Amino acid sequence: MAEAVRELKFRGGGFAPGRKRWTALVFFALVLGIWQLAGSRGWVSPLFLPSPLAIFEALRAEAISGNLWIHLTASLQRIGLGWVLGTLAGLALGLAMGLFTLARSVGLPLVSAFFPIPKIALLPLFILWFGIGEASKLVTIGMGVFFPTVVAAYSGVDTVPRNLVRMAQSFSLPYSAIVWKVVLPGAMATIVAGFRITVSLALILVVAAEMIGAEYGLGAFIISAGHLMMTDRLLGGVVCLSILGLLAGTGITLLERRLLHWR
Amino acid sequence: MQVIAEAIGHDYGPLPVLENVDLAVREGEVLAIIGPSGCGKSTLLSILGGLLQPSRGRVLLKGQPQADCLNPLTFVFQDFALLPWRSVAGNVELVLEHHRLGSAERRRRVADALARTGLSDFAAALPKQLSGGMRQRVGIARALAVRPAVLLLDEPLSALDAQTRELLLEDFESLWVRERTTAIYVTHNLSEALRLADRVAVFSRRPGRLKELVEIPLPRGQRSGAQAQVELAALHDRLWGLIRAEAQSAVTELEHG
Repeated sequence: MAEAVRELKFRGGGFAPGRKRWTALVFFALVLGIWQLAGSRGWVSPLFLPSPLAIFEALRAEAISGNLWIHLTASLQRIGLGWVLGTLAGLALGLAMGLFTLARSVGLPLVSAFFPIPKIALLPLFILWFGIGEASKLVTIGMGVFFPTVVAAYSGVDTVPRNLVRMAQSFSLPYSAIVWKVVLPGAMATIVAGFRITVSLALILVVAAEMIGAEYGLGAFIISAGHLMMTDRLLGGVVCLSILGLLAGTGITLLERRLLHWR
Repeated sequence: MQVIAEAIGHDYGPLPVLENVDLAVREGEVLAIIGPSGCGKSTLLSILGGLLQPSRGRVLLKGQPQADCLNPLTFVFQDFALLPWRSVAGNVELVLEHHRLGSAERRRRVADALARTGLSDFAAALPKQLSGGMRQRVGIARALAVRPAVLLLDEPLSALDAQTRELLLEDFESLWVRERTTAIYVTHNLSEALRLADRVAVFSRRPGRLKELVEIPLPRGQRSGAQAQVELAALHDRLWGLIRAEAQSAVTELEHG
């Protein structure tokens, strides 16, 4: 009797998630469509969940009146300045901790103790110290950005393969050249990954700080709309935050492509 | 330039890895260092190259490097140690940038090193775009660019496949026939040692001690004839005889911690 012959069953598939370009857009459009339909048909009250078109109209009116730009500019200035200050200070301490024993010995317990504190909890203290004006908000954002940047910077230095440092030493490169040409480029991937987190943190903190004590800014815009039960305006502010987050993410991606093109 | 090790000993914490090593590397020779795993070959090379402070003993340098030498003791690493963000030419140029060379001289040195290693067409490529053998060639080009007085090669072929190893062995052979750069070549491969070295330093298992220095009486480049092969086979057996028991003991030691 002839032996049975069967085709080998393929069993090596899966575990390789990809990304289809248009799927997200189609899904997003579908959600918006259902949301709009629910609003138009009166399935949900516009007070609790205004339709996408109503939100767009509210945003358009705020933009034409110039009100939106005043709030947006105030938030962007705070995010920009707070992020830059927090990042510069964080990079300085983080790189020092990555390179010097003394800085690491002092910095590590300090970072471990202060990193987990939600920085917004310190805003009342910062208001006491620096007043209700811009300084207290900038310090809150800066502190929120500072600690993750410190961690990213020193972890980045730690991830630089030691064989590259040894190679540079074996060719008698000066210390500064090893830092600039070997350590910093090697740490850059971790540092830029840290930027992605700190930009989002800056966005969260600016809104929280503006909700507590600001006349202008997206946080103030959202909280005042909430107080007046203007949910279309409130959600318009949230849409602006979402767009800012997307733009910041795209900016970091472009930075990654520029600095880490070799990967 | 001569490199002389005097009573070198080294411990990693409580673990002694090298003990009382006296060794003089003659100018212009290729000295291979062989021995069982963990006998301290790479540790000794790091000490001889000034990358590791020995626990005991000292390293002396005798004579002056040639005038155009920028880095007397120059390593070629087992894992290539190339900067992945720099091109092939950029990796070679890295080791020249801190020297006071004019840009024309620097470019000339890079071009010359790439030409000597057959990499001229790959100057703009990134390391990730190259095969293992090509990457090691970049490591060699980088070393040649500084015109070293002594090359320290730490198992430079062990990460490569057999065919690539053979091709690079030919490159090393012609390099040392062409220009008599002093070299210390750490390997676990007896055939490599017999093909490239003038002398072979045989080490005992940990803590590594210099067990014997074996002279290879045949000039490099004349080791492929039938008579030479017979002589090399006899030397191979002698070297294997010297390290076989040591290697066995080292393996047992590794297996049983």
